[in-house]
Amino acid sequence: MTEAERHTYDVVVIGAGGAGLRAAIEARAHGMRTAIICKSLFGKAHTVMAEGGIAASMGNVNSNDNWQVHFRDTMRGGKFLNHFRMAELHAREAPDRVWELETWGALFDRTKDGRISQRNFGGHEYPRLAHVGDRTGLELIRTLQQQVVALQQQDEREFGDPEARIKVFAEHTVTRILKDGSRVAGVFGYARETGRFFTIEAPAVVLATGGIGKSFKVTSNSWEYTGDGHALALLAGAPLMNMEFVQFHPTGMVWPPSVKGILVTESVRGDGGVLRNSEGDRFMFKYIPDVFKSQYAQGPDEADRWYADPDNNRRPPELLPRDEVARAINNEVKEGRGSPHGGVFLDVSTRMPAEEIKRRLPSMHHQFLELADVDITAEPMEVGPTCHYVMGGVAVDPDTAQAEDVPGLYAAGEVAGGMHGSNRLGGNSLSDLLVFGRRAGLHAAEYAGGIGADRPVVGQQAVDAAAEEALRPFGLAEMVEPDGPPEGGGPPENPYTLHTELQQTMNDLVGIIRREPEMREALQRLARLRARAKQAVVEGHRQFNPGWHLALDLRNMLLVSECVARAALTRTESRGGHTRDDFPTMDREWRRKLLICRLAAGAETAEVTPRPNPAMRRDLMELFDAEELQKYLTDEELQHYSSEDAEGQE
Amino acid sequence: MSYQARFRVWRGDEAGGELTDYEVEVNEGEVVLDIVHRLQATQTPDLAVRWNCKAGKCGSCSAEVNGRPRLMCMTRMSTFSPEETVTITPMRTFPVIKDLVTDVSFNYEKAREIPSFQPPEGVAAGEYRMAQEDVQRSQEFRKCIECFLCQNTCHVVRDHEENKAAFAGPRFLMRQAELEMHPLDARKRRAEEAQEEHGLGYCNITKCCTEVCPEHIHITDNALIPLKERAVDRKYDPLVWLGSKIRRRTG
Repeated sequence: MTEAERHTYDVVVIGAGGAGLRAAIEARAHGMRTAIICKSLFGKAHTVMAEGGIAASMGNVNSNDNWQVHFRDTMRGGKFLNHFRMAELHAREAPDRVWELETWGALFDRTKDGRISQRNFGGHEYPRLAHVGDRTGLELIRTLQQQVVALQQQDEREFGDPEARIKVFAEHTVTRILKDGSRVAGVFGYARETGRFFTIEAPAVVLATGGIGKSFKVTSNSWEYTGDGHALALLAGAPLMNMEFVQFHPTGMVWPPSVKGILVTESVRGDGGVLRNSEGDRFMFKYIPDVFKSQYAQGPDEADRWYADPDNNRRPPELLPRDEVARAINNEVKEGRGSPHGGVFLDVSTRMPAEEIKRRLPSMHHQFLELADVDITAEPMEVGPTCHYVMGGVAVDPDTAQAEDVPGLYAAGEVAGGMHGSNRLGGNSLSDLLVFGRRAGLHAAEYAGGIGADRPVVGQQAVDAAAEEALRPFGLAEMVEPDGPPEGGGPPENPYTLHTELQQTMNDLVGIIRREPEMREALQRLARLRARAKQAVVEGHRQFNPGWHLALDLRNMLLVSECVARAALTRTESRGGHTRDDFPTMDREWRRKLLICRLAAGAETAEVTPRPNPAMRRDLMELFDAEELQKYLTDEELQHYSSEDAEGQE
Repeated sequence: MSYQARFRVWRGDEAGGELTDYEVEVNEGEVVLDIVHRLQATQTPDLAVRWNCKAGKCGSCSAEVNGRPRLMCMTRMSTFSPEETVTITPMRTFPVIKDLVTDVSFNYEKAREIPSFQPPEGVAAGEYRMAQEDVQRSQEFRKCIECFLCQNTCHVVRDHEENKAAFAGPRFLMRQAELEMHPLDARKRRAEEAQEEHGLGYCNITKCCTEVCPEHIHITDNALIPLKERAVDRKYDPLVWLGSKIRRRTG
């Protein structure tokens, strides 16, 4: 029988970034004993790296803004594949979620009249992003972290125990969701510090684990982003959706090699920075797609006038949604107009005075000076696309954030799918975390609170199986050392080598531009890597052993990478964060289909099946004009709406 | 531009340990954390180290490089000559867990001792009005990435375990200063509280904390000295407070 530290809670939140902390605060506010499981130290989650801001239509800078405009921008950014209800809830609730942060101590940059300042960003019609310089994510995570502390101080006063109702399990990793029948019963995992196992029995589990970027070589994501929540959901029997849509942020650092991929915030462009190729050409004007022609400036003069007079000019094309800008940069480089280190030039130095750059973009100034010897107030940056965000995730109910098919399982933030469709707008992530983090916490609390005496139970067998799985790399080491290769497998494998090969595969074969033969090749390589990963061997003991941690994370990265590759192979069109060289155009028929990934019990790879994309509610459809809808909807769908129109008029 | 560098890395756990020598490849543009990762991938996969963002934003990879408290991800190899041996040791003020990983729970306990932001009564969410120039002072302190290098360096606790109970450390005294200067925090007497309950009096403004701050926050000049002055001022002299405003550094 496995020795594992045992706890009991009402709600377990896996992940301590923006979504996880917001969910935990909400669950605790509804009286639930709540556990937060945090892969790193408390306050270090990937949210900390978000730079630009939180999108919310408060209308502080341009009073024309409202939730309907935000909703419209979000749907356009996602090329109409978004779940309309999620996009609606997000746009409606984001302002309240931002204002609430102020009551917990957040200090955003201000407008002249003392309200929260808002900045321009790609795809957003009005200045919409609440921000603190270019370190908004830090402000968000610190505010939520400090609110958790505030709740613990309350508990200290009330019960003499700060952890009476909310506890952070820092540097703990969950490797399995445990179930009782079809329902969630708890979680199993290990503590990094000691290597010991733990189980938490709880009827409700919120996944808030973020994304999958560490499966790619060039990424802006931190080490935690190994697709844990995606994989945990699949293994627990919940489906994922939209996994083919992976966002490559157009501007990552490209030099020196060791920092390749580190994010250069979109605020650089939002605040006036421009993209140029090696010929000095401001090339984005050539890349405005038809669907956006009416909303973007056709030349530099109009674009430059827009910053001062947005009502009478159209936006510069540097502020197109991220997928468009990333593809444009990719193409400039491919056609030989790249910068010396294989990117393009992003310049603010000629656009505003040095002092203003340092005030508005302090982290960028610091980052380039310290890591690349580049003074961005005097010279342009070199930038190129970097894997940044996965739009795909756990298929959830839009209102409750409950995962399909597994009662008691919830998902919020990057690990949940649907909200962003095929491409996320900058700034919509932090607001997503808050809006759906709160909803997940609320509904998990209601579910757990209503369960009464019928609490699911964690079975010893499941705990033993999870422990055996986690110990496998050590067991192999014992088998390998005295007698050579273990039975039935190949030679022992180094988890770091496997990880590097996985990243190279995904980067080269399922990256920003995709082709059928390459994706087939990727799937073959992934299958071989999966077999080899079973031979991953760990040296040393269980206490804080990064090699072991990586060996366990590999399972998740491989599972999720296969979902991405398989879904990408299936979708024979280009849309948002999925670009097919062999199917270069957007196909209106494909908008009606979502790709669902499921893992059958005992199966090693997920199956991908299409299902219909739910039709948008009519009042939301009416926020767009017919001409625009024609670009996205099939004739059949349009006819359906216009016939409803006709009925309505009768 | 590649070369073989000599590294000495502290290996061990709470029971003890020693510096271990490695020869390892270094390439152009790399930082110390890259080299630690290369050691893990090619020579010693169980070498324990904390890191997250590798971009100086999360404050996880704090250690002492050639005796200087630094973020490993922001310490470029080009600051050393190829002949130089680079020595990496864990932060000295906190108990070692394994290799370069220390038990930093001291900091989380201290964080919990600082009274949280107290919202102003009668001001609804959405109704907060503050001027940029008034939030700027606290915003500087909120740049803190909680790398705990200041806590590690401060001589009040660096070699004085006995002071830990009574001293919150620069990071959390700065948190008091941040809330003291927050235009809408409703809690009174934060400066006095810092003095009476969080050990502000132990600080004799040697500025070691400021020197090691990777975010270049002027912890001493802008947070601790004004806090000290406010604590004194409320009891004795209102003019001292004015002086603190004039002396404040910016940038």
